[in-house]
Amino acid sequence: MALPYLWLLLFFVVPFVIVLKISFSDIDLAIPPYKPLLEWVGKHSLAIKLNFDNYAFLFTDALYLHAFANSIKVAFLSTLMCLVIGYPMAYGIARAKPAARNVLLLLVILPFWTSLLLRVYAWIGLLKANGVINNVLLSLGIIHEPLTMLYTPFAMYVGIVYSYLPFLILPLYANLEKMDWQLLEAAEDLGCRPWQAFYKITLPLSRNGILAGSMLVFIPAVGEFVIPALLGGPNALMIGRVLWDEFFSNRAWPVASAVAILLLILLVPFMMWYQSVQARESAGAR
Amino acid sequence: MNYRSSFFILTCIGFGFAFLYIPILSMVVFSFNASKLVTVWDGAHSPTLKWYYALLNNEEILDAAWISLKVAVINATGSVILGTLAGFGLARFSQFRGRFTLNAMTTAPLVMPEVITGLSLLLLFVALEQLIGWPAGRGITTMTISHMTFSMAYVTVIINSRLSSFDTALEEAAMDLGARPVKVFFVITLPIIFPAILSGWLLAFTLSWDDLVISSFTSGPGSSTLPMVVFSKVRLGVSPEINVLATLTLTVVTTMIVGVSIWMARRAKLDKAAV
Repeated sequence: MALPYLWLLLFFVVPFVIVLKISFSDIDLAIPPYKPLLEWVGKHSLAIKLNFDNYAFLFTDALYLHAFANSIKVAFLSTLMCLVIGYPMAYGIARAKPAARNVLLLLVILPFWTSLLLRVYAWIGLLKANGVINNVLLSLGIIHEPLTMLYTPFAMYVGIVYSYLPFLILPLYANLEKMDWQLLEAAEDLGCRPWQAFYKITLPLSRNGILAGSMLVFIPAVGEFVIPALLGGPNALMIGRVLWDEFFSNRAWPVASAVAILLLILLVPFMMWYQSVQARESAGAR
Repeated sequence: MNYRSSFFILTCIGFGFAFLYIPILSMVVFSFNASKLVTVWDGAHSPTLKWYYALLNNEEILDAAWISLKVAVINATGSVILGTLAGFGLARFSQFRGRFTLNAMTTAPLVMPEVITGLSLLLLFVALEQLIGWPAGRGITTMTISHMTFSMAYVTVIINSRLSSFDTALEEAAMDLGARPVKVFFVITLPIIFPAILSGWLLAFTLSWDDLVISSFTSGPGSSTLPMVVFSKVRLGVSPEINVLATLTLTVVTTMIVGVSIWMARRAKLDKAAV
C-alpha cells in the first residue's frame, strides 16, 4: 500500500524541492546549465549561496509580470466562456431521458479521449486565411475578404474553450444528475417562474459542480502551452510559453525554475480550494 | 419526473455539440482531399486515399508511433497497479495517517500545469543522474516514469469512486467466513472493480499517447514520441497527413469507447439479473 505513496513522494514532491533549489542557482554555461548551491570553501566550511537574481529579474523585466497577468486573464475569461456554453449542456444532459443521457455523455467524453494536439490542429484548418470558415463565408458572400482569425487572441480563446469544455461539463453533470428535480416542480407550483426557480434553486445547489468544473479549466489553463503556441501567434504572452522558451530556447534553467515556483505559488490556493470542494462533494454523495 | 427540456436548452445542446464536433469532422473530411492546400477542396481528384498511403510510408511518424506505443502500454499497466493500490487505500482505509497528504498528492497532478510537472521531473532526473548515475541519459524510461506519475492520479480517482459506490458488505462477509485480506482483494474486490480498472488502463494509455509537454521535457535524443513529431510538423502549418492521423485516431477511439460502453452496459444488466 505504501508503494504509490513512495512513488508520488519521489516523482512528485521531491522534484518541486529541486525546482526550488535550482531557482536560487546561478546560470552556468555547462551541462547542466546551473551552478551548485552548496560549495566547499576551504577545507571544513560548506557555503550556501542563494541567488535571488532570478526572482529579481522576473520582477524587473515587465515581460514576466505581463505574462502572468495575461495568463490569469485568459484563463479566467476562458473559464467564464466554458461555463456559459457548458452549463446549459450539462443541465440539458442531466434532464434528458436516461437512454439519451448516456449517448449524450458519451459524445462529451469522446473528444476528451482524442488527442488535444490534433483537436487544436483542427482549428488551424478552420481559422486560417484560406481555411474552412473563411471559404464558407466568402462563398456565401457574407464577407469579401478573408478574416484574420488565426494567430490572434480570438483563436487562442476558441482553442482553450474548445479543449477544456469537457472538463467543465463532466463534474457539473455529475453534480446536476444528483439534483432532486421535484424541488423545481414544487417551486413552480408555488408560483415561481422557471428562471426564478433556476436562479434560486438549481444554481445554488450546483455550486460545488460549478466550482469543481471551473477549477479543472482555470488551473491548467493558466499554465497552458500548446494552445497559445499553435493558435495564439507570436504576441500571445502566456506564462507557460515563457517558461518553455526560457527552458528550451534560452537554456536558462534557473529562470525557468523561478517562473515555475511563482506559478505554483499562484496556483496552490486554487488547488487547495478544488480539493476542499471535491471533499465536500463526495461527502455529500455518501 | 418529467424529461421535457425547453427550446432554449435544446438549442444550447445543439450548438454545444456542433462546436465540439465540427472541427473533428472537418479533419475527417479533409483527410480525403487530394489538394496539398488541405482546406481547399479539390473536387476533381477527391475523395482519395493518397494521404493514407503517404502516412503509412512515413518512417518518421511510424517510428515515433512505435515509441509512443511502447511508452503508453508500459505506462498504462504501471499506473493501473499503482493507481489501484492508492485508490483502494483511500476508499477502504478512511483513517490512516497521511490520508490527507495522499489525497492531495493524487489530486494535484490532475490540475498541475504540464509545464511545471515536466520541468520538475526533468530537473529530478538530471539531479539523480549527477548523484547516483541513474537514469543514464533520458529516453523511454524517464518518459514512462513521468507519464506514470500523472496517469496514476487519474486511475486513483476512477478506482476510488468505484470502490466508494459499492458497500463493503461482500468484503466483510468473505472475511467473516475466514478469507484472508489478500484473498478477499483478489476474489471479491478485484472482479467488482474490474470495469474501473479497464477504464483506468485505457485512460492512462490515452493520456500517455497524447502527451506532448511532459514528454518534450523528459525525452532524450532519438526518442521523439508521436505528439512531438506532430507538434513540430503542425508548427510549420497544416499537413494532409496529420488529418489522416487524426481520422485514424478518431476511428480507433470511437470503436474502443463505444465497444467498452456496450460491454459495460451489458455487464451491469447481467449483474442486476444475478441479484
